[in-house]
Amino acid sequence: MLSINGLRASIDGKEILKGINLEIKPGEVHAIMGPNGSGKSTLASVLAGREEYEVTAGTVTFDGKDLLELAAEQRAAEGIFLAFQYPVEIPGVTTINFLKTAVNEIRKYNGEEPLDAARFLKMVREKAKLVSMNDSLLKRALNEGFSGGEKKRNEIFQMAVLEPKLAILDETDSGLDIDALRIVAEGVNSLRSPERSAIVVTHYQRLLDYIVPDFVHVLYKGRIVKSGGKELAFELEEKGYDWIKAEVEAQEVN
Amino acid sequence: MSTETIDLRTKLITDFHARESVMNGEAKSAFHQKKRAAFTQFETLGFPTPKNEEWKYSNVRDLISASYNFNTSDTLSAEDLIDLKMPEQAANILYFVNGHYNPALSTVVSSTDQIIIDSLQNAYKNNPDLVNSYFDELVKNDSDAFTSLNTAFAHDGVFIYVPNNQTVEHPVILRFVSDARVENVASQPRNIIAVGKNAHVKIAEAFRTIGDERSFTNVVTEINVGEEAGVEYYKVQNESENAYHIGTTQVRMLEKSHFYAATVTLNGKFTRNNLNIVIDGEHCEAHMYGLYFPDGTQHVDNHTVADHSKPNSESNELYKGILRDKSKGVFNGKIFVRPDAQKTNAFQSCKNIVLSNDATMYTKPQLEIFADDVKCSHGTTTGQIDEEALFYMRSRGISKAEAMSLLMFAFCADVVSQIKIDSIREYLENVIAEKLSRK
Repeated sequence: MLSINGLRASIDGKEILKGINLEIKPGEVHAIMGPNGSGKSTLASVLAGREEYEVTAGTVTFDGKDLLELAAEQRAAEGIFLAFQYPVEIPGVTTINFLKTAVNEIRKYNGEEPLDAARFLKMVREKAKLVSMNDSLLKRALNEGFSGGEKKRNEIFQMAVLEPKLAILDETDSGLDIDALRIVAEGVNSLRSPERSAIVVTHYQRLLDYIVPDFVHVLYKGRIVKSGGKELAFELEEKGYDWIKAEVEAQEVN
Repeated sequence: MSTETIDLRTKLITDFHARESVMNGEAKSAFHQKKRAAFTQFETLGFPTPKNEEWKYSNVRDLISASYNFNTSDTLSAEDLIDLKMPEQAANILYFVNGHYNPALSTVVSSTDQIIIDSLQNAYKNNPDLVNSYFDELVKNDSDAFTSLNTAFAHDGVFIYVPNNQTVEHPVILRFVSDARVENVASQPRNIIAVGKNAHVKIAEAFRTIGDERSFTNVVTEINVGEEAGVEYYKVQNESENAYHIGTTQVRMLEKSHFYAATVTLNGKFTRNNLNIVIDGEHCEAHMYGLYFPDGTQHVDNHTVADHSKPNSESNELYKGILRDKSKGVFNGKIFVRPDAQKTNAFQSCKNIVLSNDATMYTKPQLEIFADDVKCSHGTTTGQIDEEALFYMRSRGISKAEAMSLLMFAFCADVVSQIKIDSIREYLENVIAEKLSRK
């Protein structure tokens, strides 16, 4: 589904990703962990099409298409979804109107007729229930004055509505208490299917208690330095990142 | 000063004397004496230049360098209006063509017990004392040449009188159409609005143009807001690429009254709006909203004044602008808090999105506070579209163009949603959406 080869990217002339290789098959959940500043969020941003980052080398193929050739909105229409670490407040645009525009823009891209208002509303209400999202939030301006938890829940709600093939969760657990974390994780889990994949970017193992990954990768200094199963996450939780840093540095010396 | 400048001024001076010479006895009336005084003031002031602080960023040289026909006859029929797609609404709708009241196009639905709506000319004929008691009572002719010019030539416009305790159900919509199909035209409507104690009314002024020649509108509206009265006043400008517009709305509020104004400028070559509110009573609330959306080489200048002369009142102001291409915007917001006006709350905000490197916005808040127990604030922002918001929307599948439209529409909605006459609000939403879809 997603194939990343030798991906290098920089911002303001500073190289952040220094050769990423990653293969994700349909149905798989991959966790990307790593210390702060290792490039986790950059990877998420580059995949979603954030323009501030310059891709200097490598390829990214998504369902056979060259992802790097596509604009952010085209990537979304192809089925990529980024849940933001810091969701943006947009005054004056209601969540419901925003989502309706998004759904119909994606349908247009895929050559489908726009959804009529009644069907759209029915679908949205079902999805809102899925993430215990209060109907009143839908009519409010997008994320404006939402609490941290409400914003993250809104991200997962949007994901449920847009039903992406590949969801990228960028530190969705940051700033969440345990109840909010559980609701968010349940939302994500309910969307798991043999066709859908996810990249879960997180600093802590905590989220992975709820969203159990198939693979765990450690990103450090812009490279994936270690990969393993879910047990790698427990090891990291127990031992921290220092032993990995030491391993990498030892290799660098050699 | 160029020779053309002298020409328009000289022409107006000659016009005034010509009019006066055929007035016979009326020249001695109190009404005309006010005009004469204003005329003298115009002669002294002359047209402003950028050396005048109030006109620093708005140069009228281009406006006064052309000649205009100030005395057109009204030739407009209902068919001529079809292309303007004016919204329909159950309302009192009055048409003024090149400044002249057009009764054939107009409809008054409210009863005369509720509201008197007439042309200034008719109202003066029928009730000179009443009209004269409100005419030229609020404006200052000694500081603004265009206002004094309007007073000197005041001939037609609307006269609205709402008796005490009346709540007028249907809004009053004044449509000023410049018919510039054949030649450069000028009009100087003078509107007088008097709202009695505990009376409530919604009034809109809409300015449109037919034809591609130049039009010059110099309008003055005087609004008296009685005690405990509520007035909602909307000024909507969607004129041609060749339309020059100078307008002053002068308001006086008495005790416990509420006044809401929204000034929306969507199109016009050169626009200058003065909105001056004197809060002359306690426990008043004045709200001023503004929106301007110039493109091409359009120029929009909004000058506002909230003059607090009594204690315990509040004024609240929000102006927003989107500037494209090589357009220019000016915002000058004055707040005066006079020594007696303790416990005043006065807030002002001006927010702008500048979409092109060639567009310019000049903002100047001016607070003059002479009382010590007041709450005042002001803020202006000028920036581009929020890139982070744009990326957020694009990451959900919304194209860049559509995302820009949504963000800008939302930006405008803060002001447009304040307009409580449905047909006008919907009309504005459509024009804004259409403008946003245009590149």
